[in-house]
Amino acid sequence: MTSALNTYRAGADERGHFGLFGGRYVAETLMPLILEVEQAYRAARADPAFQAELDGYLTHYVGRPSPLYHARRLTEHLGGAKIYFKREDLNHTGAHKVNSCMGQILLAQRMGKRRIIAETGAGQHGVATATVCALFGLQCVIYMGQTDIERQAPNVFRMKLLGAEVKPVTSGSATLKDAMNDALRDWVTNVEDTYYLIGTVAGPHPFPTMVRDFQSVIGEETRTQCLAQEGRLPDSIVACIGGGSNAMGIFHPFLDEPGVRLIGTEAAGDGVDTDRHAASMTGGRPGVLHGNRTYLLQTEDGQITEAHSISAGLDYPGVGPEHAWLKDSGRVQYVPVTDRAALDAFQMTTRLEGIIPALESAHAVAHAMELAPTLPADHLMVINMSGRGDKDVNTVAEALGADMGETLV
Amino acid sequence: MTTPGAPSATTPAMTPAMTAAPTAPLSAGTTPSTGRLQARFAALRAAGRAGLVTYLMAGDPDRETGQAVLDGLPAAGADIIELGMPFSDPMADGPTIQAAGQRALKAGQTLKDTLAMLARFRETDTETPVVLMGYYNPIYSYGADRFAADAAAAGADGCIIVDLPPEEAPELTGPLAEHGLHLIMLTAPTTDEARLPAVLAHAGGFLYYASITGITGTRAADEAQVAAAVTRLRAHTSLPIAVGFGIRTPAQAAAIARNADAAVVGSALVDRIATGDDPLGFVAALAEGVRGARL
Ligand SMILES: Cc1ncc(COP(=O)(O)O)c(C=O)c1O
Repeated sequence: MTSALNTYRAGADERGHFGLFGGRYVAETLMPLILEVEQAYRAARADPAFQAELDGYLTHYVGRPSPLYHARRLTEHLGGAKIYFKREDLNHTGAHKVNSCMGQILLAQRMGKRRIIAETGAGQHGVATATVCALFGLQCVIYMGQTDIERQAPNVFRMKLLGAEVKPVTSGSATLKDAMNDALRDWVTNVEDTYYLIGTVAGPHPFPTMVRDFQSVIGEETRTQCLAQEGRLPDSIVACIGGGSNAMGIFHPFLDEPGVRLIGTEAAGDGVDTDRHAASMTGGRPGVLHGNRTYLLQTEDGQITEAHSISAGLDYPGVGPEHAWLKDSGRVQYVPVTDRAALDAFQMTTRLEGIIPALESAHAVAHAMELAPTLPADHLMVINMSGRGDKDVNTVAEALGADMGETLV
Repeated sequence: MTTPGAPSATTPAMTPAMTAAPTAPLSAGTTPSTGRLQARFAALRAAGRAGLVTYLMAGDPDRETGQAVLDGLPAAGADIIELGMPFSDPMADGPTIQAAGQRALKAGQTLKDTLAMLARFRETDTETPVVLMGYYNPIYSYGADRFAADAAAAGADGCIIVDLPPEEAPELTGPLAEHGLHLIMLTAPTTDEARLPAVLAHAGGFLYYASITGITGTRAADEAQVAAAVTRLRAHTSLPIAVGFGIRTPAQAAAIARNADAAVVGSALVDRIATGDDPLGFVAALAEGVRGARL
């Protein structure tokens, strides 16, 4: 390693800190539960039967491994780097979220918890959680901001079909951060029987580490597949950042490969120079929210501000603490991508590849579209296609109708 | 109205629980601010009664109204005051205190304003302990050192930071101790015997027992449960024990005051402030309940 650290993969210390970031900033009532989750997770990790059971479900239920697909027409169109998609959109339920849900639901059952709660933004995590609850016959309560319920209606109906109760959250900005507040309020009230199935690499320790571990299957497969298909590792990997779980999952196995450039794309909404964006690392500063210290969008007085993104899954004023640490250490580069650039990428991917990407994933494609033409043809670039965009067609129709109706002939 | 903390005419005999709770060890007993909590609990003990702790949100519904309520609390019978510092994402609070924080923030309340409000209170009251209660991010954003210095200068006696469990407390206890401020720690029904020493290692001023698992302003624990919990806690600490969460009526406050060293009332008072329904009269009724609890 030529870098300052021996390894970027050591993860959090025993108190759950990634340098300055991470930790367990929760009410005392929750602390014993969080310690219980940590202990149970540690025991599960050390138990080969747990991993074997998880692998079985990932193979036969989720449909893993997901393909590493050469996006030939997009590559030709951009005229530079050779572009691959890691096809998390082909997973059961249509996004990467199910990877972590599968792991956590097995853990919850080991812990004897029969009631599962979760927060959701785009509804992908809510759908994945409701799915695994249906699979195991567990009670499921999903907290979702009223704003998101309106813009992700198909997913709300899917959750209900799966037997989940969807609780609308009207406090604050009525989006993902407020849904997380209400989920934490539920957990602190129902400590005995409830497991909080957090949807991203955020929340108090051990969630950022645990969710990253469960999502690392994405990066591990990518490594194996790239070696098999190209005989070498990729030169760059691009992934979108909401809380950061799909990105952490694909980055983590490559953190100690200095030859692999890692790029996270944050949602810049109307632009990071406006007050309507969700780029917490580009436009925020360190603070404490939802159990950990990380980069946050906040006022001068330490009040959390509303995030804005066309993509509900990226509409969060914070980011997982490991990303905050990777940003400060310089190992991963984080760039902002606007709503408009994501919409362009959404259409281009659909037209050129016959793949409708999630608006979240379109933020990664958008940056790749900028970068790829500047790179040589032998540069291997992997884009994490974190999910499919069926859930977004209403939002996109509205945005295109209002803004660029002409282009939609 | 009697002077808060002063012995009443009919000084009742001390309960065994009270005699078993000696004065809390104080880290920096020389500074005046540190002494206010100690002095108040000593006076309560001498009076053979529990204290009434009242919570209000700074700047709710606006600065002037909030200041008037704060300034009137000691005469109405509050023995100790918790002054809430509004935060955008109060994840341990129920709808009442969430709404109070939103009102205060909407009216423009900043952390600086909250400290100024306290300083103004101290112009007329130098004896009633005031504890600042809130979440960590506004303090972290302000700077822990600067916050501790300014809070002490404004006349605070301690802080309760809801999302700072013992695991994360050291980053604030240092700065607070340097300025003679206590970190008042929360314990919950989920805090078991094995964990309690870690909580107590950081605890100063008094120990706050959140008597239910849940958010503020919802249900209340019953008297027997609270009595058992207080007994359990007393085996581990000589700090005074305040019990809160879900106490809404003078009768409930009295029931808590039979066992604990203080009863905390928050959401019910915040509701009265929100509706302008004689909040100080309500405090007087609570005080009467608490003062009569052991008669
Ligand atoms: C398809 C998809 N990609 C990305 C995200 C963002 O989450 P994360 O950053 O945790 O991967 C979401 C969240 O809902 C999503 O649904």
